[in-house]
Formats: sequence, structure tokens, C-alpha cells
Amino acid sequence: MKRVYINEKWCLGCRLCEYYCAFAEKRHEYNNMALALKDTLISPRIRVEEYGDITFAVNCRRCEEPLCVKSCITGALTADGIDKDRCVSCCTCILACPFGAVSLVDNVIKRCDLCNGEPLCVKACPNNALVFEDRRCV
Amino acid sequence: MINYIYPEYEIIRNPDKCISCGVCVRQCANEVHENINKTNKVICDDSKCVNCHRCAVLCPTRAIKIVKSGNTYRENANWNCKTIDEIYKQAQSGGVLLSGMGNPENYPVYFDKILLNASQVTNPSIDPLREPMETRVFLGKRPDDIMRESNGKLINNLPPQLPLSMPIMFSAMSYGSISYNAHESLARAAAQLGILYNTGEGGLHEDFSKYGKNTIVQVASGRFGVHVGYLNAGAAVEIKMGQGAKPGIGGHLPGTKIVGDISRTRMIPEGSDAISPAPHHDIYSIEDLRQLVFSLKEATQYKKPVIVKIAAVHNITAIASGIARSGADIIAIDGFRGGTGAAPTRIRDNVGIPIELALASVDKRLRDEGIRRNVSIVVGGSIRSSADIVKAVALGADCVYIGSSALMAMGCHLCRNCHAGRCNWGIATQVPELVKRLNPDIGSKRLVNLLTAWRHEIKEMMGLMGINSIETLKGNRLMLRGVGLNEKELQILGIKHAGE
Repeated sequence: MKRVYINEKWCLGCRLCEYYCAFAEKRHEYNNMALALKDTLISPRIRVEEYGDITFAVNCRRCEEPLCVKSCITGALTADGIDKDRCVSCCTCILACPFGAVSLVDNVIKRCDLCNGEPLCVKACPNNALVFEDRRCV
Repeated sequence: MINYIYPEYEIIRNPDKCISCGVCVRQCANEVHENINKTNKVICDDSKCVNCHRCAVLCPTRAIKIVKSGNTYRENANWNCKTIDEIYKQAQSGGVLLSGMGNPENYPVYFDKILLNASQVTNPSIDPLREPMETRVFLGKRPDDIMRESNGKLINNLPPQLPLSMPIMFSAMSYGSISYNAHESLARAAAQLGILYNTGEGGLHEDFSKYGKNTIVQVASGRFGVHVGYLNAGAAVEIKMGQGAKPGIGGHLPGTKIVGDISRTRMIPEGSDAISPAPHHDIYSIEDLRQLVFSLKEATQYKKPVIVKIAAVHNITAIASGIARSGADIIAIDGFRGGTGAAPTRIRDNVGIPIELALASVDKRLRDEGIRRNVSIVVGGSIRSSADIVKAVALGADCVYIGSSALMAMGCHLCRNCHAGRCNWGIATQVPELVKRLNPDIGSKRLVNLLTAWRHEIKEMMGLMGINSIETLKGNRLMLRGVGLNEKELQILGIKHAGE
């Protein structure tokens, strides 16, 4: 399965991925990033972690056996997506995710949906630090 | 006295487009952009801006543009703003002005005053998409005569040659002046394209020895990183006598850049300044040069061609004639527009001569003296496009060196602040977090793209002239005509005026 991978060696910590992720959510409303994100606080599904000189982006790792799905008490969360109507905002999935890749925004759970197979964060990364590829487990 | 120089460039931020994402703040190594405390607003300090366009390029909403600031002194045709500012700077600092990259001043560009011929009616042009076109060249000394065994079989008396898939090489840029990733990009692109890159005088990083077949190793006046393994690691050895951006002076890589791998590669202690003397202290004549040429040939078992690189200066023809007799296989001439990591501004802007004139006169002189076959000629110093290459070859060059255009392919925006060591594009810097901004996967790909495109254009231009091999174009000055040039210039270039 194709996943978004980070080559931390090339991550510049510019955080363009975060903003493009936020834009991806609003693409159906706006075709312009300035209009979409002006004066808003973004809550992207990919986050750049920083520690000293090291920076790298983290988003949903697409686990083979996702703990978030396993932990969901209402069955709202599946490997493929979220049924917003069934989500009761209990946040168990957030506690369960070992990568901190699930978040709660406006009382609904958010997780990377890979932008229908064309992740915008990968496209926007200026240094090829984010790649979208199939790396089989060794 | 207050010494205030108004910033040369201003950053215009469109407040309607800016989403305060802070990419500009994080990406500017000169710390031009800054978040106002506790707010989302970003302000800029124009005085620190070098106009490298990193922020403008990375801004996701295209909210930033950089413009020349309008502040001017009272108009004066003699004392222009730049001259006045430079006087203020020197009056304050007492130092030599430094600059990066090539001469930006308004001297004539002869390539722009030369036009190419095309076939019409009586001689057919060639379609490079349908017919084979040869862009391969071989650099090196040609044999004086054909020798045969008693049974008539040919004796291979060919001196060592450098095969290139196209008449282009990456010119010398040292590891130190440019980053590890920039070097890796050049090396990988050269290997992929079947051409050569040049180590410059900084030695060869051990990681790049695998690109040896595509490497020219340079021996310069400082002899940094030179040992017998180094000489044998590459495909050819280049003796650097001079550089177009700063003919007649040496180099100085400040001790702050001599860290880690650079110190090891240059074989000098960490933190010590790498000072290349102005002359080679063992070369004061062509005879001395000959000794070094043959020392290097001896060290490489006469298997590798030796290049002698000189800057284009007034007596270039006589110097080239001497070099052609010194045993060197290739002469590289660097024109006055050639780039550099750092040079005194006055020297960069006022010393040397245009490469077009130097090339034309050297080619003619060597032909007149019957020694053109002794050497191949490589020219550099602002080769900006495939058209420049075609014109250079028609003027007599075997091959060209490209430096600045290669850097631009890797991201350089010609801000000319290489000497500051804080290159926002990860090229002319040794700061680890800046160096990582150039991913060699991207850098090498873009270099390959550029040269593939140029090669395609060269074939198109050869085709329209009815020429199907670059060797046929070499020295073919009938394919050139000058526009707006005077008699003397045409005579030196050896071309006719348009309409003649």
C-alpha cells in the first residue's frame, strides 16, 4: 500500500505541508489558498515535529492493524475513513494512536485521508522530504 | 558619523494574500522576516535582504514580491547610486569590497551580437528528429601523423582523450565554495549525462570517488587535497592558472568554512584559512608549466589528459600558444564574466577580456602557428544558453564549461552573495541546515533536464544549418555573422557583418 513517508534528512521544517494539508480540506470550497486560510487557525492532519536541528513531518502511518480503529467505541472509525455521524467525540482513538496522528477538531475526529490518492502535502514539499510510495515491509 | 545606506531591495507583502504561515520567517537565513510578538503578523527588515527570492518562491500564496527600492541620490551621470554607496561602505569599513558570481556590469556581450546561419533552398537543412545528429566530442591532443606497422596495420598513437556526449562540462567549483549536496548533484548529473564535472581546488570528497570517470581533478596554486590517489581518481587533471572572475589573484576560503569533511578533503587543519597564492610558486614560465604538466602526466602514467585553465587576459594568444607547446592536452579559457564564490568587486568588474574575443583570437593564433591540433579548447565565463554554445563552437571551441547556469539549475537566483556563506538555496554554504535545502535527487534531475534540453536545441540549430556533426561546426565561422560590431571587432572574431 502506498503511504506518505518522510525523509527526515531532507525535511527543512518549512511547514508548507501543514498549510497545504489545511488547504486540501477546503479545496472544494475555495480554489485559492489565500482565500481558504486567511485569518484562520489551521489544524492540519500532518504535523512537523521539531527537536533541535531535527524536523520531520508526521501524519497517519496507515497501520496494518490500526489501533485507532480497534479502539473506536462506536465503529465510526474504519481504516478507510470516518463516519462523522457516528463519532461521539470520545477521543479514545486519539489516546490509542501511537503517533499522535489523530486529532479532534470541532468535535469531530480528523485523520489523514491521503487526499484521494494524491496527497497535497507530498506535492507541495519543496525538497522531496515527503514521498508517497509503496515500501513493502521487509 | 551615521552611515546609513538605504536598502537596495524592498519586500512587498500583499496583506490580502499573506496567511501568516511563517514559511518566509523560517526559510530566510538572513532573518529578514520576523513574526511580530504574540501576533500572526509578519514584518520584514529590508536592509538584510539580498534578493535571493527564497521567500518569494516558497510563499504558498504568492504574497511576496521583491522590488528595487526607489530611494535614490540626486541624479548624476558620473556618480551613480551604486558608486556612491560603495564609497560610503568603504569609508565605514576600510575594507576591500567583496562580491560573488560573475561580472554584472554593462560590458558588451558579443554572443548577443552574433547571429547564426540557416539553410534555405540551395542547401537542405536536416531534421534532427528524423536523422542522426552527432553531438559527441573528444577532448585531447590529436596525433601528429598516422603511423603504420610494416604490414600496414595502423598503430594506435592516440594520446588520451576525454569522450563527452555533448560539448558541455561543469566548470570548477570547489567543495568548500559550494556545498556537499551541490557537488553530489553535479557529479550525479555528469555521470548520467556522460560528461564531466570539476572538483575545483578543494580536493575530492571520498564519497565522490565513485564518480571518478566523470571527474576532472584540479590542481591549483594552493595544492589543497592533492595527492597521487586524487590525481588518479579522475578522468583528467586540470592545472588552474587563473580564473575569469579574478585573473591574477588567488583564493581565500575563510577558516570558518574549513570544518569537518572540508578540512579533511583539503588536507588542512580545521579552522585554518585556505589561502591559494596568486601565482603557482613553482611556475614563472612556460618551461616551468611544462614541468608541472609532465609531473602530473608522470603521476598518472600518461593515461589522463592534462588541462591548463587560464583567465582570458590581454596577451591570451601568446599565453595560449605557449601552453599549446607545454605538453598540455587541453586549454580551458575563462572569460571575464566567469563566476566565483568570492572575489574583490573591483577585480571581478574590471579585469580580463570577453571570452568571445579571447576564443576567436586563440583559435586563429593556434591555427596560424599550426599547433591547433596540439590542444583542445574549452571556454567558459558566462555560457548562458545552447545558442551561446553553438556560437562558441563555431568560433573554434571544442567544448564549453558551464558554472553559473548549472548553479541556477540547482536553484541559485543570482543574488551574488555567495561570499556571505548563508546561501538560502543550500549551494554556496556549509551551514548544515542550509546545505540540506538542496536535495541532490532534485538538483541532479534539474541539471540533467537543463543539459538534455540544451543538447536538443544544439541539434536543432545544427540541423537548420545543414550540419549533422558538432565536429563539422567547430571553427566554422562562416555560420556566424555580426550585428552592430565595428571592423576591428569583426576582424578579431573572424566573422563577417550581417548582410555581407
